[in-house]
Amino acid sequence: MKRHALSTRVWHWLNLLCVVVLFMSGLTISNAHRRLYWGDWGFAAEQAWLTVPRFPDWMTIPGYYSLAVARDWHILMAWPFALGLLFIWIAMLANRHFTRDIATSRREWKPGAVWHDIVRHLKLDFDHEGGKYNFLQKLAYGLVLGVFLPMMVFTGIAISPGMEPTFGWLVELLGGRQSARSLHFIFAFAIAAFFVVHVVLVILAEPVRQIGAMITGGREP
Amino acid sequence: MKRRNFLVAAGAAFVAGCNRIAETDAGKSLLGAAEKWHERAHRLLTDRKALAPEYPRSAISPYFRGNGSTDPQNGDYPRHVEEGFTNWRLEVRGLVEHPLSLSLENIRKLPQRTQVTRHDCVEGWSAIGEWTGPQLAVLLEAAGLKPEAKFIVFRCADNLNGQDYYESVDLEDAFHPQTIVAHSLNGEPLPIRNGAPLRMRIERQLGYKHAKYLTAIEAVASLDDIGKGQGGYWEDRAGYQWYAGI
Repeated sequence: MKRHALSTRVWHWLNLLCVVVLFMSGLTISNAHRRLYWGDWGFAAEQAWLTVPRFPDWMTIPGYYSLAVARDWHILMAWPFALGLLFIWIAMLANRHFTRDIATSRREWKPGAVWHDIVRHLKLDFDHEGGKYNFLQKLAYGLVLGVFLPMMVFTGIAISPGMEPTFGWLVELLGGRQSARSLHFIFAFAIAAFFVVHVVLVILAEPVRQIGAMITGGREP
Repeated sequence: MKRRNFLVAAGAAFVAGCNRIAETDAGKSLLGAAEKWHERAHRLLTDRKALAPEYPRSAISPYFRGNGSTDPQNGDYPRHVEEGFTNWRLEVRGLVEHPLSLSLENIRKLPQRTQVTRHDCVEGWSAIGEWTGPQLAVLLEAAGLKPEAKFIVFRCADNLNGQDYYESVDLEDAFHPQTIVAHSLNGEPLPIRNGAPLRMRIERQLGYKHAKYLTAIEAVASLDDIGKGQGGYWEDRAGYQWYAGI
């Protein structure tokens, strides 16, 4: 049996491409107005809860300041990103990847067990004790798949004025348009933080075999 | 330091790749098409007449930010400011049965709509204000659109960076109940920075669609021959999306 299903592998790389383009074009959009607010409105420094730094050109798409071009990329990649997320959720539930490998059991949440897993991570001991993923991995993948990535879609819809007549309840639920925009930013950086940790851990734990397995499917040990 | 250099190089290479794709014909049409997919999705999910949220007066922002032109100095505009806009005219023209030329007095006597709405700038900020004026539909019905009219173009008095500002919408947004020709903000005549004496409110789209310093409303069959053909000042100048509901 393959370690990673075809649906997982295709989505993983498509999603990587989407997230990278969305993040880098998003940094240009952030550069257009660097203040973040809570509530429905906000436009000046005295209403802001955070002023983010200006992101340098090499981090941004299109590599120079153009809000229009950045929005073109953002608007394009939003489609494969959102539809891909819907696809992988359907696939994960259908092939039981979610319930078998990612969903945690109550036993795993016991403080002793959690602590044990943290200590083993710090020792760079990545043995999974039978299951495919250990507790912290399940937690990270569950958060990214179940909260961070979907919240990008929901907060994105809530920022869009053309969507609001239909999704006004969503904007209200998120605390107003400027709150939705702040959350869009916060979850984007939560995904970026996951990305860094994910890449570092892959590099620490057999990078060639792991990346190979995400391309070819690999073998179940 | 090496790792940082690697990141910068990887970022630059990726960006160069994206830009290469964006320059190809296929890339260009794909990037343009995505805007249309969003527009269609919005139209599919949202009723033609569905309203943007309206707020209580207590939600009004203490000050309404101005952006783009905030104090036009070109043409006759400074003279109109001096005259208190008493000689300002708004024309309704183009593909209409009865062209109109209206004074501010005429416009204030039409049936009015007052709405407290949120203004979302493409840059990301928002402000809430109370706008008053006649619905654009009232003016268009009085003038009588010819059947070949497909878009409504808004002509403006301000010249920004050497080009006259203008904007355009389709008939769906033109006849939307919240699309008004506003002459008042928060119960006072429009301040100059917010488009005195008249501006458009296109509440389901971003701020750059809400043309300020309005001089004429023009019904047209196509946007191709207007400005550089992209449907608006920012669309022509910087490639902004014509459908600004995203």
